[in-house]
Amino acid sequence: MPDAGFFELVFAREWDDLARSLTGNINMTFENYLAHLQRTLPQATIDTIYMVSFASLFAVLFGIIVGMTLYVTQPSGIYALPKFNRLLGAIINIGRSIPFVVLIILVFPLSRVIVGTSIGRTASIVPLTIAAIPFMSRVIEAALNELGRGIIEAAVAAGASPSQIIFRVVLPESAPGLVSGFTLTIINLITFSAMAGVIGGGGLGHIAHSYGVARFRTDMLVYTIIILVVLVQIIQAVGQYISRRLDKR
Amino acid sequence: MLEINNLSKSYATPDGPLLALRDVSVRVNKGDVFGFIGLSGAGKTSLARCVSVLEKADAGEILLNGLDLTKLKGGALRNARRKMGMVFQHFNLLMNATIFENVAFPLRIAGRKKDKIRARVLELLEVVGLSDKANTYPATLSGGQKQRVGIARALAAEPELVICDEATSALDPDTTRSILALLKQIGAATGVTFLVITHEMDVIKTLCSHVAVMEGGQIIEQGKVIDVLTHPQTETARRFFAKDHSEEGWFKAVQEKRIGRHIFRAVFIGESARKSFIHDVIRRFDIKLSILSGSIESVSGTMVGSLILEIKGDEPLLAQAMAYFRENGVEIEEIEELHNA
Repeated sequence: MPDAGFFELVFAREWDDLARSLTGNINMTFENYLAHLQRTLPQATIDTIYMVSFASLFAVLFGIIVGMTLYVTQPSGIYALPKFNRLLGAIINIGRSIPFVVLIILVFPLSRVIVGTSIGRTASIVPLTIAAIPFMSRVIEAALNELGRGIIEAAVAAGASPSQIIFRVVLPESAPGLVSGFTLTIINLITFSAMAGVIGGGGLGHIAHSYGVARFRTDMLVYTIIILVVLVQIIQAVGQYISRRLDKR
Repeated sequence: MLEINNLSKSYATPDGPLLALRDVSVRVNKGDVFGFIGLSGAGKTSLARCVSVLEKADAGEILLNGLDLTKLKGGALRNARRKMGMVFQHFNLLMNATIFENVAFPLRIAGRKKDKIRARVLELLEVVGLSDKANTYPATLSGGQKQRVGIARALAAEPELVICDEATSALDPDTTRSILALLKQIGAATGVTFLVITHEMDVIKTLCSHVAVMEGGQIIEQGKVIDVLTHPQTETARRFFAKDHSEEGWFKAVQEKRIGRHIFRAVFIGESARKSFIHDVIRRFDIKLSILSGSIESVSGTMVGSLILEIKGDEPLLAQAMAYFRENGVEIEEIEELHNA
């Protein structure tokens, strides 16, 4: 915020004008404008990070389980169960074809059972997780399928059990691909969380909608977009860095 | 030690079942280095994969020290597999694990103690000459070095049988030679039994004690390498073992003026390869003898000399000279048709 003295003399009028024109409120001062941003944006950012973090954590956990199940039960897999594999694949496809906005509403009752409410940042974790699991599973399945058959056969021929193959061969060897997949899913979750925010989910999506759209506050819209872009860039950069560090190929 | 009886295997293809192995029977004794040679599609890789139980055989039995591998399941099968090591054409190493961890893999899954694993891995890396690479990753190694890691890994759990499936087929000639020398040295030092799958004659000649020639999913000929090499019974075996002379200079030179000339192929095995027969023959008989082509090589440790000779002289003398050769253990025959000696 501009300090007293020089800034006040030279810029005060213009800053206040700026605040007034941005908000469309003739009583607005720049000081009040900044105070308002500080009240809303940091908390919304924290809420978004909170939702996405927990949803990502659960999506990764369940996604690894489901993705690994898809991988090992495929017809050429180390624990082939072709019929079960097709059934699981069909369920995942159904999950992926439900639009997220519809899904949120569908799982309102479930959110109420799990977290006690269907509104707010914690409630949003439920639909976000459910939406991310099918996607995550497919991404993990694809990452695991990147592994050549040769290395699996070498492990089988050496007398490794299915669990030894999974924990000593499949997971370590596909770690770089898995991390890339996690990154992809987390970034998707940020987009999804913005959608959840629109229907009472909190976070940056909520700000963008309730100020930016409902009150024609283009400035708020721009701020949320900038914050989201920065978040995505950071996650992508960190994900790529970790993936590269893990990759010894 | 390994006995395969009436093994059959077919694969389902869009054009109906493909018979990869038909009624294959073979006996491998402890310490044998048993080669399987054949063109692609002959069934040799299917055989290797059936023995390592990566494929399930349709019929027949595979007895490893009396235990039928085709009947094993679960833990018993895994235990049996731990007694076999496998070396792959494309190495199949863990790319995100160090060389040390790769060699330690079979020991870790067998639940060996940490200090024992360490000692064994370091010992093996010493044997394959990669002690200084223990903590590097496979991506930094050359093809030959990767295969050395593959060999060390196959030997790690002290297997009774090591299966080399086209182990040198992805390597250049120099590297192939050094890998074959390494395998030979390991075989001599440990007495471990090898199954060597290959389409390269040199691999059989330098490494193997026994050979089975495969064609169309069947073993068409088998025995000691030296016997099969010097007395091939089938056309396929002959093609593998005998050099194709049609590309050589002498062959082209003789081909034009063939009539009335006598060209012979003489094979000297073992001791007879070292003696001075040619000298003796020329002194004893009034014939003219010229050597068109010749080679001497070591086949599973035995010297085998092969000469293409042109002999000029009276017919009776020629017959006497040939008899003299034969009396002294040299195999000689006239090359009737100049296609392929």
